[in-house]
Amino acid sequence: MIWNPDAETMPVGQRRELQLELLKKQVKYVYERQPAYRAKMEKAGIKPEDIKSLDDLRLLPYLTKADMRENYPYGLFCVPMKEVVRVHSSSGTTGKPTAVGYTKKDIEIWAEVMARALACGGATPDSIIQNAYGYGMFTGGLGIHYGGERMGCAVLPASSGQTKRQLIYLQDFGTTLITCTPSYSLHLAEEGGAEGVDFKKLPLKYGVLGAEPWSEGMREKIEHNLNIKATDIYGLSEIIGPGVANECLEQKGLHIFDDHFLPEVINHETGEPLPPGQRGELVITTLTKEGFPAIRYRTGDITALLDAPCPCGRTHIRMERITGRTDDMLIIRGVNVFPSQIESILMDIEGVEPHYIIYLRRDGALDDMEIHVEVSEKVFSDEVKKLEALAAKIQKEIQGVLALSPRIKLVEPKSLERSMGKAKRVFDERKI
Amino acid sequence: MNVQQLSIFLENKQGRLAEVANLLANAAINIRTATLADTSDFGVVRLIVDDVDKAVDVLKEGGITAVKTDIVIVDTTDRPGGLAKVLNVIGKKNLNVEYLYSLGTRGERAYIALRFDDSEKAVAAFQESGVVVVSREDLKALNMA
Repeated sequence: MIWNPDAETMPVGQRRELQLELLKKQVKYVYERQPAYRAKMEKAGIKPEDIKSLDDLRLLPYLTKADMRENYPYGLFCVPMKEVVRVHSSSGTTGKPTAVGYTKKDIEIWAEVMARALACGGATPDSIIQNAYGYGMFTGGLGIHYGGERMGCAVLPASSGQTKRQLIYLQDFGTTLITCTPSYSLHLAEEGGAEGVDFKKLPLKYGVLGAEPWSEGMREKIEHNLNIKATDIYGLSEIIGPGVANECLEQKGLHIFDDHFLPEVINHETGEPLPPGQRGELVITTLTKEGFPAIRYRTGDITALLDAPCPCGRTHIRMERITGRTDDMLIIRGVNVFPSQIESILMDIEGVEPHYIIYLRRDGALDDMEIHVEVSEKVFSDEVKKLEALAAKIQKEIQGVLALSPRIKLVEPKSLERSMGKAKRVFDERKI
Repeated sequence: MNVQQLSIFLENKQGRLAEVANLLANAAINIRTATLADTSDFGVVRLIVDDVDKAVDVLKEGGITAVKTDIVIVDTTDRPGGLAKVLNVIGKKNLNVEYLYSLGTRGERAYIALRFDDSEKAVAAFQESGVVVVSREDLKALNMA
């Protein structure tokens, strides 16, 4: 089903008029309420009234993760905290996370776009949705949850992990649609298979999967192993969370709900706008946000826009699945991780050298992170238990910040490559 | 009364231990006792050598993490109950042993190396209890260091 046919099948020309009208309003709103962005506009010599067409979008400065860091935590919010009803958080590039705030209206819009996304992926008001995204500061859990409730589905707030429980819900609670990361869906299939669960006999029909990159090969495997139709969901907290875009059942690109989120694709080095079909960095402008609007946010995600009409009837522009990043951000079990975060954690541990290498592997369906850390003379103890305690402490500190539990391997000093220019810190051996 | 032992951090990699032995051999350092504590990822090698200061320098130059560690060596009888006598002191005096190993025997005597949190306190406790603590000079005289 199409959740909101008026909005989703609106003729493209009409939507462009709507987008322009909303863009003008949003830019004016941000100019008046977000001093950091206003300063950028002033520096660029742009005023809100200079935006006369959608093409004028490119006159506007970008908003980046660095701006979020400089205005941490709430400096980019456009409303006083008494109008903020929710705060979510994502990974920053250093030890500090990022914060995003939502007004009541933002939460409503989020539920609306999430309902559209779930409908794209096969949901109807009759669906029983097992939401296996993490609930908490991560936007995945609550974002999907509100969308499911908005549609009138039965939502199981299963949250992430606890695979045995998830398998019980899948078998006993009548789940028809599951939401989780693609790798976790494969993990469920593996673990379920080992326990004799026959996915062909389950009422499960759809998977709305995202928060990490995946491939057509993985989709085939997921659809085969879980006996479902799997679609790709896209979102990021800086824009709203999940529900920025979702594939429809045609599975030929993700519809961006572009009456709320205006996409561009640019050459990430030159900033030159790229036509549909060409890959570059996705830049998104929110059109209707109040709490934390973002004008031309550099997502760091690489994709291409697809402007051909879609047989599903939705007129929202589509984008390819995300094929990479412009920066060194890693996505590990759906969690965004910057190597610099790990570096700053290591530097905070007395005596530990900031020399490390991150190995990412996929053991079975799930990601494994192993971090090699050099043992300096300062921390070396000839008592094995003290060295093991050191490794455990590093693991705990990292888990405390990233909510991921890496394996820590202590290695000899100077065995890791030194930074001659840019040291290679990450060995991503995952086959996706 | 403490004796200094050489403690070395090594990754569990093929040939790594031989490398240490070769570095010491090339510097004409004699290894008198060797023990290895290992985990799946790394090992800690503990050596008693005839010139611990030179050994540390040689290994450091070779890019290996090596430090000197204080240990206490006791002399006990090489008969049933010899080790028990030593351990009973430790139990009675509430000392915390991190690890121990044997240096072997000479005639009727057995020599045990022990690592404590507080070596001074351990030495005092042994002396009070009539357990003989061995110095580096004693070891040399015994041809054990």
